[in-house]
Amino acid sequence: MSNDSVKKTVSVAFLLCVVCSVLVAGAAVLLRPLQEENKKLDVTKNLLLVTGLIKTMDTPKGQVKEAYKNVTAKVIDLSTGQLTDAVSAETFDAKKAAKDPKQNYNIDQSNDIARIKMRAQFATVYFVKDHDAVTQIVLPIYGKGLWSTLYGFLSLAPDTVTVNGLGFYDHGETPGLGGEVDNPAWKALWPGKKVLDPAKEFAPILTVIKGQVTESTPGAESKIDGLSGATITSRSVEKLVKYWLGSDGYGKFLAKFRTGEIHL
Amino acid sequence: MSLKKVLFDPLFKNNPITLQILGICSALAVTTKLESVVVMAAAVTLVTAFSSFFVSIIRNHIPSSIRIIVQMTIIASLVIVTDQILRAYVYDIAKSMSVYVGLIITNCIVMGRAEAYAMKNGPVMSFLDGIGNGLGYSLILLIVGVFRELLGSGKLFGITILQTANHGGWYVPNGLMLLSPSAFFLIGMIIWVIRTVKTEQVEKE
Repeated sequence: MSNDSVKKTVSVAFLLCVVCSVLVAGAAVLLRPLQEENKKLDVTKNLLLVTGLIKTMDTPKGQVKEAYKNVTAKVIDLSTGQLTDAVSAETFDAKKAAKDPKQNYNIDQSNDIARIKMRAQFATVYFVKDHDAVTQIVLPIYGKGLWSTLYGFLSLAPDTVTVNGLGFYDHGETPGLGGEVDNPAWKALWPGKKVLDPAKEFAPILTVIKGQVTESTPGAESKIDGLSGATITSRSVEKLVKYWLGSDGYGKFLAKFRTGEIHL
Repeated sequence: MSLKKVLFDPLFKNNPITLQILGICSALAVTTKLESVVVMAAAVTLVTAFSSFFVSIIRNHIPSSIRIIVQMTIIASLVIVTDQILRAYVYDIAKSMSVYVGLIITNCIVMGRAEAYAMKNGPVMSFLDGIGNGLGYSLILLIVGVFRELLGSGKLFGITILQTANHGGWYVPNGLMLLSPSAFFLIGMIIWVIRTVKTEQVEKE
């Protein structure tokens, strides 16, 4: 049979596709568990990095696990701000729940400054403890940037006003521009900033501004230097922080935490 | 062609980057850190070798009307498998290389070797040709990577060699080295050096 006959062409194409798809599917299925584990470890590392319990992403697995022992994960109900036992912190997946019509909450368009349309009714909050006293509250935050959804963690001091750290573990912003949200120098601007204003019923006040924030800038303690060449990403970070700290996000929980109504 | 020639010619004499000017895109993208250079070089070498090998095995059955698609399918499958393996075993590096692993599919060296060599030669020689060209690519990437990481951030494989001024040392890093254009300059200079030594590579006017 000639190589160029229709029959041969079709059968070669078909056989090749079958062999290649088996190969690709086989690799994907076999390696999935390892990849999932890596992803989880990566998220944990990012969480610990935000809290300062580990210093670099190169920290070996054993030390990561050791450091994570200081962290307690609890699920809260965002509508009441109370801890909830409805789902366990180990199995709860906010990303999945946000897409599940039974477990999600449609954000009113006027409130949806983070442009995420819907979120889960519950959220996992991480408490860093030192001898039973909470030293940090780590909140998972996310929102739309320019190209992608940015997923990250914001760590607050127990006064719920001062930032301890911020970091994004998953995003698809332009490398070198919006991707600079990962730049350690930029992340280092966050600790010590005040995100809420006690005088205004703890409304989120943090803003990302153009140009450098110096000591003489009015309200410098609630302003962050925007990323140059990444106006939309910078604004998105400001908006997603605002959304998640507002009454639609963790606002109610943080209020209860301040008044001591949250018992771990 | 002898075994030795197939394997070592692509290093200097017929280097895919400096003579054939193929695979430039990834040479710019991944050479800021030697760690990712090594992973990328290994990935490209293996993909080139195995795709040439498989193309060569079925070369007598590939209908000429769909031969490019057949080659692409084989290359793409191998690249996806490589990407999956990297994600499973070296997650951090795979994450920092993001899309560039997937873009090995579009690396002209892989396709070029399949079309130019593997379609006409036996599987073993094609495999070695793939390894040889992969090594030629790796060599240039390593040279570029050494310069870029050392001059750009004062490190080699992440270990500080030149203490930078930011950390209390004397070395003021050259920021250009961290940007893609510097790889163009470096590759240009490497081509210059090679063509000065091996004058037969200079194109005739």
